[in-house]
Amino acid sequence: MGMSNESSVPPVINESGIEIKPLYTEDDVVESGGTEGIGVSGQFPFTRGIHPLMYRKRPWTMRQYAGFATPEETNKRFHYLIRNGQTGLNVAFDLPTQTGLDSDDEMAAGEVGRVGMAVDTLADFETAFEGIDLEKITVSLTINGAAAVLIAMYFAMAEKRGYDIRKLRGTAQNDILKEFIGRGTWIFPVEPSIKLIGDTIEYCAHNAPLYSPVSVCGYHIRESGANPVQEMGYAFCIAQAYIDHVLERGLDIDDFASRLSFNFDIHGNLFEQVAKFRAGRRLWAKIIRNKYGAKNPRSMWLRMIAGGGGGGLTIEQPENNIVRGAYYALISALSGTQTMALCSYDEAYTIPSEKAARISLRTMQILMEEMGLCDTVDPLGGSYYVETLTNQMERKIREVMEEVDRRGGIVRAVAEGHVQNAVSRQAYENYRKLERGERKKVGVNCYREEEEEPPIEFHPFMQAECDAQIAKLRKIKSERDNARVKQALDQLRRDAESGRNVMPAIMEAVKAYATTGEITKCLVDVYGRYEEPILF
Amino acid sequence: MTKRPLRVLIAKPGLDGHDVGAKIVTRFLMENGCEVIYTGLRKSPKEIAVAARDEDVDVIGLSILSGSHLPLCRQFRDLRKQYQLEDKLWLVGGNIPARDQEELKKLGVDAVFTIKNSLQSIVEFINQKKSWA
Repeated sequence: MGMSNESSVPPVINESGIEIKPLYTEDDVVESGGTEGIGVSGQFPFTRGIHPLMYRKRPWTMRQYAGFATPEETNKRFHYLIRNGQTGLNVAFDLPTQTGLDSDDEMAAGEVGRVGMAVDTLADFETAFEGIDLEKITVSLTINGAAAVLIAMYFAMAEKRGYDIRKLRGTAQNDILKEFIGRGTWIFPVEPSIKLIGDTIEYCAHNAPLYSPVSVCGYHIRESGANPVQEMGYAFCIAQAYIDHVLERGLDIDDFASRLSFNFDIHGNLFEQVAKFRAGRRLWAKIIRNKYGAKNPRSMWLRMIAGGGGGGLTIEQPENNIVRGAYYALISALSGTQTMALCSYDEAYTIPSEKAARISLRTMQILMEEMGLCDTVDPLGGSYYVETLTNQMERKIREVMEEVDRRGGIVRAVAEGHVQNAVSRQAYENYRKLERGERKKVGVNCYREEEEEPPIEFHPFMQAECDAQIAKLRKIKSERDNARVKQALDQLRRDAESGRNVMPAIMEAVKAYATTGEITKCLVDVYGRYEEPILF
Repeated sequence: MTKRPLRVLIAKPGLDGHDVGAKIVTRFLMENGCEVIYTGLRKSPKEIAVAARDEDVDVIGLSILSGSHLPLCRQFRDLRKQYQLEDKLWLVGGNIPARDQEELKKLGVDAVFTIKNSLQSIVEFINQKKSWA
């Protein structure tokens, strides 16, 4: 403390509110909490990594976010990415699909296929994943409000292709609490939304034990204005809300905790982010072991995707984003992530072009093949600075969580809009700092250039293909067994009303080619719709 | 006659969930003496037109970051006529490519603001157009 007073340099305080000293020594590590928590990778508390050999044994999975227009077009992009060495898929859905609407819904006008691919029925998944080996390529579905429906479609598609869903790996984002804070693809009110997530976790625990039904996202909370310790603290509170709900159903923590995963952001100060991941890994292991009494070490693993970084990219001088992306990927590699994805340099303007998506992929491959990032585990471990910061960040994350508890817990804080208000106020203050030049951003408030519209290749909106999606939907609805659809939806309504797990009924409905919109509407009739609290 | 503060509707049409910018603009306008009504996410153009009429606002700001600005603003142009909102300033904000800004002006949009424009420039534009005597 008071380092800045002892020397002539101005103080440096990181985004998480920790004052950074000009020099760190062993004493700082000891004073900040000691060295006992460092340990070795693969052992509790997993500060240095969840696996003993980490990337030496298996490098990170590269999983670029992709999807647009129709399942046909998206399938082509998937094959392009796989041909170029991508090892996982991360599916982008259009906004109607994400909000549980069919492509022919009035509110879907102009949005079909715009920011991701449209999925109305099981037939769309059959097309989207055609020719892709689902055992070699794991698929992550970026779907939240409508997640129960899309998970069911994915399982039904896999079964139809002869896969045993008991052995199927993959992930659904399926984190609704963060959608109320940022991203905004909620559908149902808070309580039934959590119940639905509980249904997916329970269903997977019994039927698809290797599938990860939830990826809890600090990512979008940070993109909405949270600092790194809030990102991790809120995500842990949210994950605990899901765990507490599932435990009430009589499951044991070790029945499902090992299949929970996380999604975190990678832009910002390099050392602060690396410390965030190391501190988060340690704290999560302690929570799962000490608070929930887990016995299986796998339950304690903070498995994650560390990627994106969109909030750090700029619309000005977009080529600079290629450089930023490379640093963000370095942060991700140093963090010990399981999966990496990068926002592309043109993403502030458009859906990434093939070229931009390939540059992101090559960025990760260069790190993996040329820079020695896979040679040894946690290469920053033992740094006086990083270990001190890791200790300090762990304490700060705990403080964020304690604050949420004092306010009645995350579910209530979100339902009443308090978290949203706090995060958006912080986004405002950060933006004002940027405008005043108190926070530097190259090309934005320093090193500016007068520029013409930069040479970005805009992703074309495929009007004809998206119109064809509506025609395809209508054709399926006219040709399917509508009596079977009605029966499945009636069963779903009864199950929802009685509080039973709705996943078996949704599985039956998707197999009968009931649509995303029909299934969602059936649930809205029972659960109602979320009303957004507006606080300023 | 005492002058009343300018009333501004900040709205999120369509299904887009990006609300960071809309909330930043809302806060800045509030700090600069405007009365701001923020609609929240996922409003149809019609719901926005009705809110603009019922709240008797001076300025309507649509925030769109999903790429659907052209179809949404075409819908809103027709509703503007229908609900007699043409005397109200119509602003659009979001990630609007330069090449679409002319098209939006043709639809009747008074100004387009992107991340490249300062918050102050929004206030200045509103004050210049709606200067109250």
